[in-house]
Amino acid sequence: MSFNVENYLEDQTTGVVILYYKGNIDSDVINHVLDSVEDKMVQVNEHPKLRKKVYNVLVESLQNLYHHVDRVPEDFEDQSSERYALLIVKKVDSGYKIITGNFVRSENIEKLEERIKRINRSSHEEIKELYKFILNHQKISQKGGGGLGLVDIARKTGNKLEYSFKEYNTRYSFFYLNILVSEEESK
Amino acid sequence: MEPIIIEGTSKTPTVKFDSNEGVFEIKGRSIPENSVEFYKPLVDWLDVYKESPLTKTSVNIRLEYFNTSSSKCILDVFKKLEAIHKAKNEVEVNWYYEEDDEDMLEAGEDYESIIRVPFKMIEIVE
Repeated sequence: MSFNVENYLEDQTTGVVILYYKGNIDSDVINHVLDSVEDKMVQVNEHPKLRKKVYNVLVESLQNLYHHVDRVPEDFEDQSSERYALLIVKKVDSGYKIITGNFVRSENIEKLEERIKRINRSSHEEIKELYKFILNHQKISQKGGGGLGLVDIARKTGNKLEYSFKEYNTRYSFFYLNILVSEEESK
Repeated sequence: MEPIIIEGTSKTPTVKFDSNEGVFEIKGRSIPENSVEFYKPLVDWLDVYKESPLTKTSVNIRLEYFNTSSSKCILDVFKKLEAIHKAKNEVEVNWYYEEDDEDMLEAGEDYESIIRVPFKMIEIVE
């Protein structure tokens, strides 16, 4: 059986999917996703504070994918996408969920997981300090990322970063990131 | 010095840097994938301006959204202003945030704690 990037998604029956995308992440796709999610939130008269948080977190999620995804494995079904990713935005009872998925080379897993764990074991105050430290001390990488994306997401949502790695083959895994932007945090 | 005037887009802010007025403004959304490309000319411009600045420079930052890669570039802008301030010129930053937008207020406070220039936090009430 071939690897299906949707196989490992959590229960898809909860919540209402407002955006589903699978494929290449380029600048136009980012614009389109942002516009469409923003429009949908405006249509349902979403509270501006929650709307802004979702928008911000979506920007960072998309740009993390844009700057950091590894190339797809040679035998993966989609070979045309330079930056292949999966993106789902859902409205759930407690707010909005943003789920991303992308390939990570095995040798890059440890570093990524360590970053997430560090963020997840930090208090809100520590995350604020970490953000400021990276802002002030780290140069923008060659790829254009600032190393701040995940820290910013954790800071703005106030929630832990849920994630998992599913092995594709010995050299690649598929990385899922599951972000909750809670309504509570935005009140 | 030629002023910098840039019209905003859905991903980049409106910019007005005019050395005759001494009032600089960055306004709108700053969420480009490549923020260095956008901000480098501004930082370079400030580098020239700081050689002979006006006695008073006011900077209005009125952003609705900005991404983390812009946040580093904005810090670079502030570092130039800090140098102008350090050379005994008056510099003030007016940091605008929309009512209830605590994230934007906190972002301003982050800069205020890093950069030695007086900041004024201004809430925009609709």
